[in-house]
Amino acid sequence: MTSATLHSDATRQQADAWRRQTSLRRFYTALGVGLLLVAMFATMWFADEANAGHFFDRLPHILDFLSWLVPKDWNDVWRALFDIASPNDKGTQEFNFPLGRVYVWGGFYIPEYFELMLTTVNVALVSTFIGFVFAVPFSFIAARNLTPNPILRLVVKRFMELLRAFPEIVIAGLFAAIVSIGPVAAIIAIGLHSIGALGKLFYEINENIDMRPEEGLRAVGANWFERVRFADLPQVLPNFMSYTLLRIEINVRISTIMGAVGGGGIGEELKLSISRGFGAKTLALVLLLFITIFLVDQFSAWLRRKLVGEQAFLMSA
Amino acid sequence: MATTMTVDEVKAIEDRHPQIFQRPAYKRFWPLLLIAGTVLYLAYALWFFSLPQVLRESHWERLPLFLSQWISYDLQPEFRLDQPEITPKYPRFSALGENPNPDWVTKNPDSTFTVRIDGDAKSVTFDKTRAAITANGVTVPISLTSGKPVVAGPVPDWVTVHDDEIVAKMGFAGEVRVTVDRVKVRKRFLGWANFVFDTRSPFFGKPAGEVISLILSGPELQPGTSNLALAADNIWNNAQWQHGDVWTKLLQTIVMAFLGTLLGGIVAFPLAFFAARNITPSGVLSQVLKRFFDFMRSVDMLIWALFFTRAFGPGPLAGSAAIFFTEIGTLGKTYSEALENIDDKPREGVLSTGANGILVQRYGVLPEVVPVFISQTLYQWESNTRGATIIGAVGAGGIGLKLWEAMRTNSNWANVFYMVLLTLLVVFIFDNISNFLRRRLSRTLHDYNRLQAERG
Repeated sequence: MTSATLHSDATRQQADAWRRQTSLRRFYTALGVGLLLVAMFATMWFADEANAGHFFDRLPHILDFLSWLVPKDWNDVWRALFDIASPNDKGTQEFNFPLGRVYVWGGFYIPEYFELMLTTVNVALVSTFIGFVFAVPFSFIAARNLTPNPILRLVVKRFMELLRAFPEIVIAGLFAAIVSIGPVAAIIAIGLHSIGALGKLFYEINENIDMRPEEGLRAVGANWFERVRFADLPQVLPNFMSYTLLRIEINVRISTIMGAVGGGGIGEELKLSISRGFGAKTLALVLLLFITIFLVDQFSAWLRRKLVGEQAFLMSA
Repeated sequence: MATTMTVDEVKAIEDRHPQIFQRPAYKRFWPLLLIAGTVLYLAYALWFFSLPQVLRESHWERLPLFLSQWISYDLQPEFRLDQPEITPKYPRFSALGENPNPDWVTKNPDSTFTVRIDGDAKSVTFDKTRAAITANGVTVPISLTSGKPVVAGPVPDWVTVHDDEIVAKMGFAGEVRVTVDRVKVRKRFLGWANFVFDTRSPFFGKPAGEVISLILSGPELQPGTSNLALAADNIWNNAQWQHGDVWTKLLQTIVMAFLGTLLGGIVAFPLAFFAARNITPSGVLSQVLKRFFDFMRSVDMLIWALFFTRAFGPGPLAGSAAIFFTEIGTLGKTYSEALENIDDKPREGVLSTGANGILVQRYGVLPEVVPVFISQTLYQWESNTRGATIIGAVGAGGIGLKLWEAMRTNSNWANVFYMVLLTLLVVFIFDNISNFLRRRLSRTLHDYNRLQAERG
């Protein structure tokens, strides 16, 4: 670099070029933001137009809407949560807390909402297990570095994509007609979806492993299963576990929603309670659901941090 | 060259690698414990969901039937035998329209009727006194004169004889039900009936070439409207497939995901700066905001959807609001985590020039995190497009509700499949848009992740 002296012409040219570039970029950014804003207001208008009640008509009544939620007696929230008889009980469904008790033995009972929450969590756990069990072998078949056959790989990948994109609600509806409406149909639906979702993440992990252990095993004549078991699995298992835990968090949420459309569990009860305007019951359910999801999230985050360290929280491109 | 190691050699290797051969007991047995725990849990789940009973009472024979209904339709003509003259009757809203005269139902010269369910190989011929069902190379004669249907001769296994009814199942092709006063036929066709024009449309039943020439140059079928407008209106308002309604609902689902994610991002963006530990002016504020994000995330999308459905009424507004509130939490959390992981040097550099707070964020922080923010938002958008389908079913509008209603009637699986295909298409397109945009950003992200990895 021997440009000790700068010609003023060259400098000006450079400055002009830079200014042109910047202004062009600014123009594109402004255009992008402008288009996004137009799209936002258009979709807002569309959503408002298509809705049963309109935003500005309903906005002044938001507080009325909240008023049913405030119970006359705050103790009813605890009573609803633990199925304790309420002095406000006048024979209506709003305060019939003890009716829901699930007796285990003698006078010992599980409160109704805890039982329902347990159902929802169990649906999430079992369906995640189904997802994990099928996603692991599929992910080995779908990984480019482990399976040389391109047709087999493509078939498995497309199959997993289909499972991932297929609306869970349809699978649940289909199986509700076969195994009767309830948690089992929800398990099948969420399980099938989890196979696709976990399988995709898993095979991407598989494709990024260190291949040297695999080459070593290949050199001593290990077959495909042995190579996968001893070279690949030890590398990927912590990541697999981490993603599975993340999936449990998501599945708890999905199984709550599934409950609201007939999949059993706490979602169903919550939907009923809100649609009938039972303040104390709704607050008890929301509280229980909130605490459960919060605990599941925290536990899963703690375990993931132990398994793969801070990597569990890194952005993935 | 097979060599066997001596005991000493084995021991030497074990001594050299104690971390492999002499691991503490808990490390050696935790996989076993994990597996045992899983098995125990599964046994418990088996009992909890009373799975054996559910499976015993389930109707798996319905599965192929339902699946075949996704891609086929049936016609069910009924022939009354107790009237002076036998005439075929079709149910209302039959796929054949008002004047059905299919060529697979024929009146023979000897005044018997023949219905060909699958050519001549699977058919039924009958008059008022007798019927003959042919399938699988066998013809089963039935006498109808003795007050109830009687099969003359041996009964093959595809025919079931009830007290007053004889049912002949012909697999996918259909079935025949015979009683003394009527013959009911179900004939199944592959494909979707009347997908373009329904039976009320003037274009109904016309071959494609004729429809096109009508649209291009034919006389106006409905005076005052062009044929093109009429055809478009007929397709959009097809009563059987409800294209217009389905597409509108699909658009609602897309809008819900887009609007919810975008608004969530807009609100989460400034909040994340106050929540990030390294940028916030006050540690208390950071903690409060982080707990707020956790709260918005942990109050499930379902709860928000149910609340907003009650507040605004069912529709996409409720769905958008539910996604919006959840996304404030999710995006706020990921944004603030991204901010906490930035490289501090550019920020210090800008700070050292004496720039004020906002300028430091704009030139020292934003260039580093914007690609991450956009990538995360796109990812959430993509997953919300899928999630909006489910949320719709609880009343938040969109295709989810329509799907759920079509399934609840239990009869319209072809419609369900049509909507599923559209949903899959939308998810596929949006996945690809999002992937494409994120790949464009990935170079920047790659640098970011490399920095992260270097920092450990």
